[in-house]
Amino acid sequence: MLYVELLIQGLIYGCMYAMIAVGLTLVYGLLRILHVAHAGLFALGGYLGLLITNATGSLLLAMPLAAALVGVLGMVIYRLCYQPILERPPYVALIASIGLFIAMEELFRLIFGPYGLTYNNPPLQSLIQFYGITLRAVDLAIVAGSVILLGGLAWLSQNTRLGIAWRATVDDPQMAESFGISVIKVRYLNFFIGSALAGMAGIFISLLSNLVEPTMGGVPSYKCLAIIVLGGLGNVTGTLIASLVLGVIEAFGTIYIGDYLDRDAIAFAFLILVLMVRPQGLFARG
Amino acid sequence: MLIYELSLATVVCINIILAVGLNLISGFCGQISLGHAAFYGIGAYTTALMAKAGLPGPINLVAAMLLTGAVGTIVGLTSLRVREDFLAITTMGVGFLFLGIVRQQERFLGGELGISSIPSLGLDKVTFFMLVLVLAGLATAFGFYLKKTWMGFAFQAVADDEDTARVLSVDVSAYKLAAFALGTSLAGLAGGLYCYFARFIVPDDFGFITSISVLSMVAVGGIGSVFGVVFGTALLTLMPEFFRFISDYKLLVYGALLFAVMRFAPEGLAGLIHRFFQKPKGSPGDAV
Repeated sequence: MLYVELLIQGLIYGCMYAMIAVGLTLVYGLLRILHVAHAGLFALGGYLGLLITNATGSLLLAMPLAAALVGVLGMVIYRLCYQPILERPPYVALIASIGLFIAMEELFRLIFGPYGLTYNNPPLQSLIQFYGITLRAVDLAIVAGSVILLGGLAWLSQNTRLGIAWRATVDDPQMAESFGISVIKVRYLNFFIGSALAGMAGIFISLLSNLVEPTMGGVPSYKCLAIIVLGGLGNVTGTLIASLVLGVIEAFGTIYIGDYLDRDAIAFAFLILVLMVRPQGLFARG
Repeated sequence: MLIYELSLATVVCINIILAVGLNLISGFCGQISLGHAAFYGIGAYTTALMAKAGLPGPINLVAAMLLTGAVGTIVGLTSLRVREDFLAITTMGVGFLFLGIVRQQERFLGGELGISSIPSLGLDKVTFFMLVLVLAGLATAFGFYLKKTWMGFAFQAVADDEDTARVLSVDVSAYKLAAFALGTSLAGLAGGLYCYFARFIVPDDFGFITSISVLSMVAVGGIGSVFGVVFGTALLTLMPEFFRFISDYKLLVYGALLFAVMRFAPEGLAGLIHRFFQKPKGSPGDAV
């Protein structure tokens, strides 16, 4: 039973990682930027979701509203922060992004206080018994939510004009442009969707622990970088699989080798190991 | 000089050694490292353990340099396998791996509580500062010297275009490893000095934030420019002190400044000054 419980724990975290990492890998695929401030948007999603839920009492209203707001902010960040430095060497955008992330964390601390906020009456906390395994409703909501959102994204990218334009731009921006696709619009769309997904992930994690705090973006900020590298930078399917694999490995790793390495170190030991064998990541860009 | 100013100046000098080391790897040789603090930490922990075992200071510092350089060379091997963004994330991973190992080793490395009551070097504060100042001066001079040597040119070639350098029969792998060996041994020395300065070390001193701050010092000063890096280090180390009157907003200003420099002056302050003096002479095209 322990194995099954660990596996489920791992998959829940994996789904979480996946929702954040997909946005990150989309940005990387299109612009070759390691977008650390993405984790700041994740934290903002958590804050907005919690504040709107507490104000209106409706989580169902809070989720789309918070995600949309975070998505718009993602577009603003692209326009004001990244667009002017796209031509520079990659470390410029990386450090700018880190600076932005530090500033965002500090803003959250100054505006919302250092100790974090909690839900007035936390939603989705009912327990569900399932063949001897106890789950919370929120666990199921996370898995279902990420499957629906990411599945929807996959469907959109395969079956709509917009999705096709998007994939074409990722594959070859110049060629796409010569076919009349507005690369700039695709970039905005990219940032909107990626950031909105990160915002949703922020809401889910705030439900999981009934807490949002200024530093909640810290762990995903670097762990999701590891995940997108594992997935083969810019490869969405690879990123999804890498998220789930890493979630499960962490869950088992903390039990079995937790005495020698902490949770983060396990993730990165796995990353280094994989990269030394497969420098292009688990799944190369297809 | 007052004790407070003196210790501040000592920290600046230690950071200069650290940043000059990272500049060799990331600035000269173009291998972005997000795990420099791990080497700083290896130097500090080596020195701490040896000093607690009763070994004399100079031997400990040299040993810290050599051991860190050796580990750095091994980590440098990864740079032969992965490049650019992949390398940045791998070195970041090395940083977390180091931290994870140290945190869980309670018996030998003190775990979360770190190592305390480390014996001192037996120097008073002024003499210790002089020592660190001289070492920082030597590290800086070494940076200037290296830039003028054949090795410095080879580093530049690797940074500019690895494949072309290889075609021109520059031994890219050997120079990358050399850059990692030299840069990380400087970090080891800085770690050893920090250990004797603070005489109390905890894992968090050598975390991701430290790696980022060192990279920021290099980038804000002007990546690749020795003078710029020294200036950037002094500026970013002392800046929180300038902003003490707004202590609550210190980090906010720090993050915003980091962002602003990269956004508006991506070559760092050295590049900004360079541009300022270059402009009247002609168009940006006719450089060199």
